[in-house]
Amino acid sequence: MKKTYKIEVDCANCANLMEEATRKTAGVASATVNFMTQKMIVEFEDGQDPKSVMKDVLKACKKVEPDCEIEF
Amino acid sequence: MQDIIIDILLAIVVLTAAGLLLFIGRREGGMTKKQRKMMVRIFISAAILLALQFAPAKLFDQLDRYLFPTAGRWIRFACYLIDYFIIGYDILRKALQGIRNGRVFDENFLMAVATIGAMALAIYENGEYLEAIAVMLFYQIGEWFQSYAVGKSRRNISNLMDIRPDYANIERDGKLEQVDPDEVETGSVIVVQPGEKVPIDGVIIEGSSSLNTSALTGESLPREAKAGDEVISGCISMTGVLKIQTTKEFGESTVSKILDLVENASSRKSRSEDFISKFAKVYTPAVCCSALALAILPPLVRMLFMGLSANWSVWIYRALTFLVISCPCALVISIPLSFFAGIGGASQQGVLVKGSNFLELLSKTKVVVFDKTGTLTQGVFEVDGIHHNEMEDAKLIEYAALAESASSHPISKSLQRAYGKEPDRSRVSDIQEISGNGVIAKVDGVEVAAGNDKLMKHLGVSYIECHSAGTIIHVAVDGAYAGHIVISDIVKPHSKDAIASLRSSGIEKTVMLTGDAKKVADQVAVSLGIDEVYSELLPADKVEKVEELLRVKSEKAKLAFVGDGINDAPVLSRADIGIAMGAMGSDAAIEAADIVLMDDDPLKISKAIRISRKCLRIVYQNIVFALAVKFACLALGAIGIANMYLAIFADVGVMVLAVLNAIRCLFVKKL
Repeated sequence: MKKTYKIEVDCANCANLMEEATRKTAGVASATVNFMTQKMIVEFEDGQDPKSVMKDVLKACKKVEPDCEIEF
Repeated sequence: MQDIIIDILLAIVVLTAAGLLLFIGRREGGMTKKQRKMMVRIFISAAILLALQFAPAKLFDQLDRYLFPTAGRWIRFACYLIDYFIIGYDILRKALQGIRNGRVFDENFLMAVATIGAMALAIYENGEYLEAIAVMLFYQIGEWFQSYAVGKSRRNISNLMDIRPDYANIERDGKLEQVDPDEVETGSVIVVQPGEKVPIDGVIIEGSSSLNTSALTGESLPREAKAGDEVISGCISMTGVLKIQTTKEFGESTVSKILDLVENASSRKSRSEDFISKFAKVYTPAVCCSALALAILPPLVRMLFMGLSANWSVWIYRALTFLVISCPCALVISIPLSFFAGIGGASQQGVLVKGSNFLELLSKTKVVVFDKTGTLTQGVFEVDGIHHNEMEDAKLIEYAALAESASSHPISKSLQRAYGKEPDRSRVSDIQEISGNGVIAKVDGVEVAAGNDKLMKHLGVSYIECHSAGTIIHVAVDGAYAGHIVISDIVKPHSKDAIASLRSSGIEKTVMLTGDAKKVADQVAVSLGIDEVYSELLPADKVEKVEELLRVKSEKAKLAFVGDGINDAPVLSRADIGIAMGAMGSDAAIEAADIVLMDDDPLKISKAIRISRKCLRIVYQNIVFALAVKFACLALGAIGIANMYLAIFADVGVMVLAVLNAIRCLFVKKL
């Protein structure tokens, strides 16, 4: 399942780091962070609940970039 | 001297910050909350710093008399420390968090170490605290500018591409109601008022208007539309009120599909972008290590081998300067911004690029392979010529059209179109269709035979062979030969220019593939100036041909295939870059393509290539420029010529210039 989330991040390098952190989160099959459109596209592994996975994703992202926001 | 410059700079910062806060900060959408807060911090800390500049160390030393010895020294330090925290607390916090989370080498860490180091040196010498704070201040100003400029251009570019309709008008009980386009069912009637966007694809049932399609196609001439015409979403109705019966759901409409393509476009990263993110990962730790080496090795060498004093503070200062230079921001920010601006500029010209990697590939294209029908030609058959006729052209067409009026064959349709009027069937009688040959009918009581050479032979009429390529309709009236009509696929008006302009922009080879007959294909190729032609190909043969062409070309040169039909989809995905003609063309082709030309104009291909080259040129400029300045500063810093001020100005300056350069990608109209 693929979902798109609105994000808030204000440096391009941080967006790259967020992308990496998201990819490493359990339950995420693949992820792309688009700095320019301020969007994050996350593909979840089968049978995962997006809501709970996104909580972990947000936690992981906050670690690399404390200023970021993800709307979900 | 340096002090005076710094004072002036600080004064400028204070005034500018106040001005920005007053004028832009208040405006709606001028600054985000974060940016406003940062600006306030910049203002306060610059003001305090400026005030402290007029309170030299001696002034504080006088405090010793009233309190305790060295009190003045510590109070002075405290004042600067407060200012330091005002401007830099978030950097310090982020640096700490970074260390705790196991990510040591980021720019926050670098700035924290550099400025804390400079502060420590200043305590030790009771000297210049100014430098550490000024560096932090200018770093923050740079960050602020980056966030502001990038945010602003990001919004501008997004607005350019924003064709999303916000609502659809539905008439209920005589009143117009605005609803979410997603909720409109297929077949319902929507109303589009002048100045509004058509939200959903459909057919006009009432009203007429001129439609501005520039957001979709880059074409600035408005298109007239009247009842019965199909309209696609994303056009703007300019003059009249339209009632449109929708034929698709919003999600299936042109505008949604295009938005989907555009929004996902910059997710696919180009090689330059990948290079930069990998580079940033190696670069920062490498510079940190060299800074450490610079702080430790030279003093040790001086002490142990040269018998000189170690000069620790000099070398530590140089190492700290190193750290300031090492932020990779300029690169990391400007490259994606360049691509994004390039994609935005291209989409404004009616060229949709699905990802920055394709923009990069496109700039390396050397071979362009075309499909013929629908790409270089219009794909509709039209009367191209009338030869050897005794009677007037119009009369001959009239006879042929009337004789063929009962048929629905594409050929007879093109005859009807050339005739231009609704054929009066009552004038036609005794129609005989001779399958595969043509038609014999009585028109106004005269026997008219229209068909191919076999029909003429069958009737025993001597006919004249035609040298033109295309389908030939011989016409005999009353048993006598009356001439023939050539029907062919008309070449698009810009096709010839398109090939010429491709050549002038450095394309080495143009190839045309077609399922059409050799004679037709050769003629089109010669008239357009195409290098190679392969005709009478089945769809599968096209894939094979493209694979063959891919094999013979050199590794670096890329091959682009341009096509439009459903059967082109496999070739589009096989080529290095697939370019689909017309967003209104077949869905399969658009899906498989990497670049979509919104109108069917082949001239846009060379334009797209030039846009991509400009974009890539700017990307390389930025990479080279940023790296050159950084390495120059590193070298100067290591030998002690560049101080920390120079380092921070180099860092911020390069970033500002790189961002401004990146925005140039947006201006592609004249290419």
